[in-house]
Amino acid sequence: MTPILTVMRKEIRETVRDRRSFLASLLFGPLLVPATFALLIALTMRHDIAQTDAPLEVAVSHSDRAPNLMARLSEQGVTLIRTQLDDAGAREAVRTGRFKAVLLIPAAYGRQMRSAGPAPLRLYADSSDVSTQRDTTRLRLLLAQYGSTLARLRLMVRGVDPLLLNAVAVEDVDVATAADRSVVVLGMLTVLIVLTMLMAGLHLAIDATAGERERGSLEPLLTVPAPREQLIYGKILAACAFMLLTLSLTITALAAVLHFAGLERLGMTVNLGPASVLAAIACCAPLAPLGAAFMTIVAAYTRSYREAQTYVGLALLVPTVPLMFVGILGLKASGWLMLVPSLGQHFLVTRILRAEPIPPLHLLLSFGMTLVLGALLMWIAGRLYRRESLLG
Amino acid sequence: MIEAKGLVKRFGAVTAVRDVTFRAEDGRITGLLGPNGAGKSTTLRILSTVLQPSAGSAWIDGVSVAAEPLETRRRIGVLPHGAGVYPHLTARENIQYFGELHGLSKTERERRAGELVGRLGMDEFADRPAKGFSQGERLKTALARALIHDPRNVLLDEPTNGLDVMAVRSLRSLLADLRAEGRCILFSSHVMQEVVALCNDVVVIAAGTVVARGTPDELRGLAARSDLEDAFVQLVGGEQR
Repeated sequence: MTPILTVMRKEIRETVRDRRSFLASLLFGPLLVPATFALLIALTMRHDIAQTDAPLEVAVSHSDRAPNLMARLSEQGVTLIRTQLDDAGAREAVRTGRFKAVLLIPAAYGRQMRSAGPAPLRLYADSSDVSTQRDTTRLRLLLAQYGSTLARLRLMVRGVDPLLLNAVAVEDVDVATAADRSVVVLGMLTVLIVLTMLMAGLHLAIDATAGERERGSLEPLLTVPAPREQLIYGKILAACAFMLLTLSLTITALAAVLHFAGLERLGMTVNLGPASVLAAIACCAPLAPLGAAFMTIVAAYTRSYREAQTYVGLALLVPTVPLMFVGILGLKASGWLMLVPSLGQHFLVTRILRAEPIPPLHLLLSFGMTLVLGALLMWIAGRLYRRESLLG
Repeated sequence: MIEAKGLVKRFGAVTAVRDVTFRAEDGRITGLLGPNGAGKSTTLRILSTVLQPSAGSAWIDGVSVAAEPLETRRRIGVLPHGAGVYPHLTARENIQYFGELHGLSKTERERRAGELVGRLGMDEFADRPAKGFSQGERLKTALARALIHDPRNVLLDEPTNGLDVMAVRSLRSLLADLRAEGRCILFSSHVMQEVVALCNDVVVIAAGTVVARGTPDELRGLAARSDLEDAFVQLVGGEQR
């Protein structure tokens, strides 16, 4: 039994033995994060669906001046609230939120309508209030439709083909597939996956230096006949074991949760069968040694467990920095970018979600570079464990 | 046998150990006596390969500490100052973990751990997690852990600190037993009475330098005082503070 395995086994045993924090770490990261994520998606969907289906309510002032328009709006399912407000009253009513929108029919409406001139309508709305925008847009559309119908009738009466009004016919073609749209929503998934994974190894990474020192077990440990770097390799590998366990749990839980969240109703499909779950886990796995070694190095420079928690906590954000650039710069996968840890994994996971084929070169670059960097950082951590100042 | 020759240890501008030379023989208990901050812990850390000396050399059973740290560590059992144990492992698991790191087979380390548990009177708490241990229980666990590989040389840094009278007595009798087995025992202390009660040889350190060496009786003669405490005060350079 080499010292590496001895240390690794002991660290795993001790961590699992601390049942409360172990269970908490398993529940908090891998289960709570996907659950929160699903809740957010579910709420967004309810919101979207509710807004398009909800009956439209409009306050109309002086509705008696436009009986035909009122009849048409009622036909379209608009609930009319009849009021008698003047200009100032209407402004006040919208600003105070009594009505989302007020449609005021000016006195000139009937006269203009009869003479086939543009009949004035006044729509009071608060453009700064995002929650009413959808309703006012719907109302505007209905009013435009009514106006257009009247105009066409007028042309027909005068013997003109109403089609003359359609000089161009624009047709929208949205090329985003359902899976593409879901990727936008799931883009931040990589961030969540990477963060929960790192958090699973945080405690052990700190324990290797600051923890052992504070407990007074570091000095005895350094007097066993084992090369010092092997002791820290054992600790890093134990951290990796927990990180991989968390990674698997997180991705599996996310897949399950997203499946039940019913993304299809939003016109999205996610490719999250057992095969893609395994593939996503495999693609993120090389980040474990890199992350564990990185946190261990950061912790090695601190003077106490508390200080280590602060700095390692901040260091957790480092892997998310490249992921932010994806969003800001709209980066697309390329060989060079695959070399960046966490960015490469993000592109791989995205492709898996989209059910797109992954170029073997990309796979090789991402795996290779992340593993090489991980090995390098582990070596550095081993060197740091040889320093005398480790004893504090 | 432990030998130190001209040991020097500097931490930046601070010189913790200036000139430490002594020899601790097998079958004897050697006490490293000195006031706080005299360089006792640093000396022990150099001898246990945790620190590299800035100058000078040391040998354990003739093995160079600096040149062969792994071989040195096989020959020593170390109880550092304020030694801690792993709280979620039982005392027995703590002890056996170090046995494993020393390369003992499973049966061997179980047998040795069992022996030490009996010898140190740890039966009551050997299989409890170390989390709630008293200071005495923790010390016994750390001591058993240091002895798991049956080392010929035992280094203890202020082992009696914070122990109650009963625990100190049982530690003394254990050290006497270890001496009777022909081991070389080196322990540091700033408590005069303890050193007199236990040691065959005393090395007095002050300000990083060995100021006197000898048996307790010789030291009394050296300082021309009948009382060892007076002798100690005179040797380390008068009343401090």
